[in-house]
Amino acid sequence: MTRPRAAAIEGWYTLDEAAPALIGSRCTACGTYFFPPLQSVFCRNPECAGERFERVPLSRTGRIWSFTDACYQPPEPYVAAQPFVPFAIAAVELDAEKMIVLGQVVSGLGVKDLRVGMQVELVLETLYADAQVDKVVWKWKPAGGVP
Amino acid sequence: MSASATGPAASSASAGASTAATAAPSGEVAVLGVGMHPWGKWGRSFVDYGVKAAREALQDAGVSWRDVQFISGGATMRCGYPGYVAGATFAQALGWQGAEVNTSYAACASGSQALAAARARILSGQAEVALVVGADTTPKGFLAPAKGYRPEDPDWVRFHLGITNPTYFALYARRRMALYGATERDFAQVKVKNAAHGLSNPNARYRKELTVEEVLGSAMVADPLRLLQICATSDGGAAVLISSLDYARRRTRHAVRIAAISTVTPRFASAEVEMPDIATDSAAAVAAHSFRASIAKKAYEEAGIGPRDVSLAEVYDLASSMELDWMEYLGLCGPGEAEHLLRSGATRIGGRIPVNASGGLACFGEAVPAQALAQVCELTWQLRGTAGARQVQDAKVGITANLGLFGHGSSVILKR
Repeated sequence: MTRPRAAAIEGWYTLDEAAPALIGSRCTACGTYFFPPLQSVFCRNPECAGERFERVPLSRTGRIWSFTDACYQPPEPYVAAQPFVPFAIAAVELDAEKMIVLGQVVSGLGVKDLRVGMQVELVLETLYADAQVDKVVWKWKPAGGVP
Repeated sequence: MSASATGPAASSASAGASTAATAAPSGEVAVLGVGMHPWGKWGRSFVDYGVKAAREALQDAGVSWRDVQFISGGATMRCGYPGYVAGATFAQALGWQGAEVNTSYAACASGSQALAAARARILSGQAEVALVVGADTTPKGFLAPAKGYRPEDPDWVRFHLGITNPTYFALYARRRMALYGATERDFAQVKVKNAAHGLSNPNARYRKELTVEEVLGSAMVADPLRLLQICATSDGGAAVLISSLDYARRRTRHAVRIAAISTVTPRFASAEVEMPDIATDSAAAVAAHSFRASIAKKAYEEAGIGPRDVSLAEVYDLASSMELDWMEYLGLCGPGEAEHLLRSGATRIGGRIPVNASGGLACFGEAVPAQALAQVCELTWQLRGTAGARQVQDAKVGITANLGLFGHGSSVILKR
């Protein structure tokens, strides 16, 4: 029986099982993307007076800018499994948006499986589970499988 | 080139300095006195550390506290209300004497901003002598945000995802490995060098010689960075007494001078992955800028000098690998050349361009509102020629670099 899933951070990504995506704001005046989606209605490009944004899905694939393993249990508000299981984190460059987005790497992988420049795709995976639901979050997964 | 207090980057300079160019064309102020409370875990109030450092700076300057016209404190966020109003807290602890007061908060750059506020008063002619103090009492372990569900706070989000400060340091370290062939031994060597520098520093918390093997034998925290390569959080206090050049001339012929203070913000689109953000700006519509390089650039422009003029640098080695990044942001070498400089011994005391002669954060651990001022204290001792066993010979110009959360950073240039 599958447990119900919910977003660990609401409104930042779609829960589309087949092709999940981060949700960004795009300024309709200058075309700049923002992630996380802007709460403000004012464009942060200092050359732009834009006040209208559309919510757009960001590229689901990108290249690893850099990566690391978290070997120590982070403090709260991280919700750690007991015992703590180390995980990898990647900073990923999105081509179209020309920005770098951080995120965990899918569980089971570590620095030995990753390379700068490696193509990755965005997937949903459990960040932590509470009594009722699995709280899911975006994670990066090597697009061509693990080398 | 004639340097002014506001300089070419006036639009991003701190408010209050705009009248400086007319009041004092040199844009310089004198450092009359410096003082520190040793870094450590002392279990006392930050106020005591600050007052100890302040009294030492006053004594060093030979200036009475009653004569100080402006007191400027670096705020601390972890010590309750007295920390939020640190300038007044220190003034009360030293004994209310009617000085004008300021408190600055700019994360790790708080000390520099408190210093910039004091300099602005002096350069505008509103004060002749000012005292700047920063001190902190820190908790154990990772610095962590307030709890609850607070997705509007980027600091909360990144911790929720398990992204700690060492994560950011490690991303830059791995990037150096991939781009420039940096090795874990290089990062360890930075720590070994700084540990050797700090051995004789009475204000340093960690005074122990280390080998590369010992560093590489410590526990992995954020691969490739290990426990001995990531700076701790410390208690400590630092104070700097500054004055107008006229005021200084009446007391001494040899005061060290502050030639520049840069506290610029990033420029959109900021290309660097900075704490606590989960993403960089998008450069889809406008070109990307390097924030870190821009901090030093503004300082050099303001001082009217360049990297070749620098005798020594105190940089923010929050992790040992970051010292290599900062050498390049400061222009001490080109991108990808820092490992070569390190391996050649150039960054050791006795080398061509010593980096972190104090021992750096590696030997101190970070006391947030005091750290940028501690860098100024070290450069002052070095430029006076009174740094003892860690003295850099014939030091003429020193530069600091520091970086904080939420778009803060600073660089201060001192010369003799």
